[in-house]
Amino acid sequence: MALLEIQNVSRRFGDFTAVDQVSIAIEAGEFFTLLGPSGCGKTTLLRMIAGFDLPDGGRILLNGEDLADRPPEERPVRTVFQSYALFPHMSVERNIAFPLQMARTPSAEIPAKVDAALEDVRLTGFGKRYPHELSGGQKQRVAVARALVTHPTVLLLDEPLAALDAKLREELQIELINLQKEVGITFVYVTHDQTEALALSHRIAVMNKGRVEQLDQPSKIYSFPTSRFVADFIGTCNLLEGSVTASNGGTVSVGVKGLGPVLVATSLATGMTVGPGASGAIALRPEKIRIAASTPHAGSDAASDTATENQFHGTVTDFLYLGDVTVYIVSTPQGCKLETLLANSGAGRAKFFEVGDAVEVSWSADAGHFIAP
Amino acid sequence: MPGTSSPHEAMTKRSKERVGKWLVSGPPLVYLLFFFAIPTLIMVLASFRTPGEFGGLAPLLEDGKLDLNLDSYIRFFTESVYAQIFVKSVWYALLTTLFCLLLAYPLAALIARSPKKYRDLLLLLVILPFWSNFLIRVYAWMIILGPNAAMARMVNGALAWFGHEPVPLLFSSFAVLICLVYVHLPFMVLPLYANLEKHDQALLDAAQDLGASGWQRFWRITFPLSLPGVYAGAALVFIPALGIFAIPDILGGPEDSLIGNVIKQQFLETRDWPFGSVLSIVLTIAALALAGLAAWVGRSQLGTPSSGAPARA
Repeated sequence: MALLEIQNVSRRFGDFTAVDQVSIAIEAGEFFTLLGPSGCGKTTLLRMIAGFDLPDGGRILLNGEDLADRPPEERPVRTVFQSYALFPHMSVERNIAFPLQMARTPSAEIPAKVDAALEDVRLTGFGKRYPHELSGGQKQRVAVARALVTHPTVLLLDEPLAALDAKLREELQIELINLQKEVGITFVYVTHDQTEALALSHRIAVMNKGRVEQLDQPSKIYSFPTSRFVADFIGTCNLLEGSVTASNGGTVSVGVKGLGPVLVATSLATGMTVGPGASGAIALRPEKIRIAASTPHAGSDAASDTATENQFHGTVTDFLYLGDVTVYIVSTPQGCKLETLLANSGAGRAKFFEVGDAVEVSWSADAGHFIAP
Repeated sequence: MPGTSSPHEAMTKRSKERVGKWLVSGPPLVYLLFFFAIPTLIMVLASFRTPGEFGGLAPLLEDGKLDLNLDSYIRFFTESVYAQIFVKSVWYALLTTLFCLLLAYPLAALIARSPKKYRDLLLLLVILPFWSNFLIRVYAWMIILGPNAAMARMVNGALAWFGHEPVPLLFSSFAVLICLVYVHLPFMVLPLYANLEKHDQALLDAAQDLGASGWQRFWRITFPLSLPGVYAGAALVFIPALGIFAIPDILGGPEDSLIGNVIKQQFLETRDWPFGSVLSIVLTIAALALAGLAAWVGRSQLGTPSSGAPARA
């Protein structure tokens, strides 16, 4: 049995359904992320787990016990709020001691526990400071220490890094991963930032319009999105619309407008099989496309000689130099646009191609992923 | 042109800045000078002079000598009745402040938590009494507390039930106190509301999440954070309540004279201006000292100055 079970939970506000029949089972010790755009229901779901909001339908079970009748203060669940919500009139020490006092911890034991919590978040010596004397990153760490000091069963984190700058965010992401490993407490993390979700989580539930679109490990979600929404929301993705023209074992041929037949392996991750006639889209990540200078004696535009390779000719119409990589937009003669990515590994070279260069793009059949509508 | 201005230009610029500063700080200075500093100086001077034969003040220069003495101060410190009235006045003002706080806190909290569109209306209702004359409102209490009014009948009916003699509600300390509280209540509600309205709901959510019950959330979070509002309201109620004379005059009995009544008496009836000035000065100093004490206690309790240093990025 999973530690935290969300069973068919719904929440409506008037005509608006914020959370729509969501079922998720979260295991003990897991770093689980709810990922989605604003308004997708992830924060509402988090507030229902914390107890600040109650489901209109469905149940939330913790260790097999229904939480419906337990107010927030009686749930073994703690929240790290987006604004940190540190008590401004209390020092860091007193902030962290607060939940211990509420739990009637003998006052003789409190200082040692506070010190241990401060050490966990690497803030030893900051106990006497007041929240307004701390930087954003320090406040965030105090909020985490305060939430963890009573060793809750589940720690909920509501976009805890959203207010910090990119550099600091990366640093704290690594700290959060290590901290979670160290304390072994189940983390449920809410974010709209897909890179954050991919970097931190054991599993991710991608949410859209109150529903879970896909629930899987980060690498599966990234490589094998099961819906256009997920493909589009997580990272950058070329979506090549078309319908299946031929099927051959684990590989199908999809007729893509402006490109021609494209080979896609189907049964890789999802085990989904599609027959001829099925329409959908191929999700193809830019970094999986190889790009090379066009050679005059290259073969035809059609699906190439080998059975697992796709190869097309095109022209560079745009590029974005991003430092570590360069994004090239390649257009085929029939007007299909492909976004490709090339690492700038060559020493001293800013980029390889110019606008107008004739190039050859190619990818293997298992690089793309067919999404049925 | 930057960096090439001549010394002369720099000087005119500086003098322009100086003129600007005076234009900004001048009017408030003049205002304070005329309406605060000069009247206070007149009062201080008067406290050292001799009362005139027919009231007012005796001439400042008599036989070419300045007629300044400590007679009125000596009288204040030797006749204990004035100190007693002073203590009683402070006691009444403290009681008024306490009752105002107890009544105003829930009201201010309710207004601060009500839907935004109703808040202005509710605040308007709080200050609505200001639209009618102060004395009329005090006289209204004469009717409410009068022997034939419903309230007196109810109270005395209940007392008769227990075999107690009827008591007059009017012309009593009770009447004075109830009216003092009524008159000063808005001065407590407004600063409390201004403070409570700014409270961050996330802090209460966090406290609840960390295991605090409703009472614990109030005493550990809401109340400590509202202390600046409590101190502001207490000062706004305590200081005017300390010097009030109209309410004891109208609603109080002979035993309910407060320091304000005595001061009024010295100026209007006894016509002993120097002694009235002494009482006024003592009243001002007492009020300032108590307000300063409250501010000092408030600062040390909050632990941090209210204008705390901005958080480092």
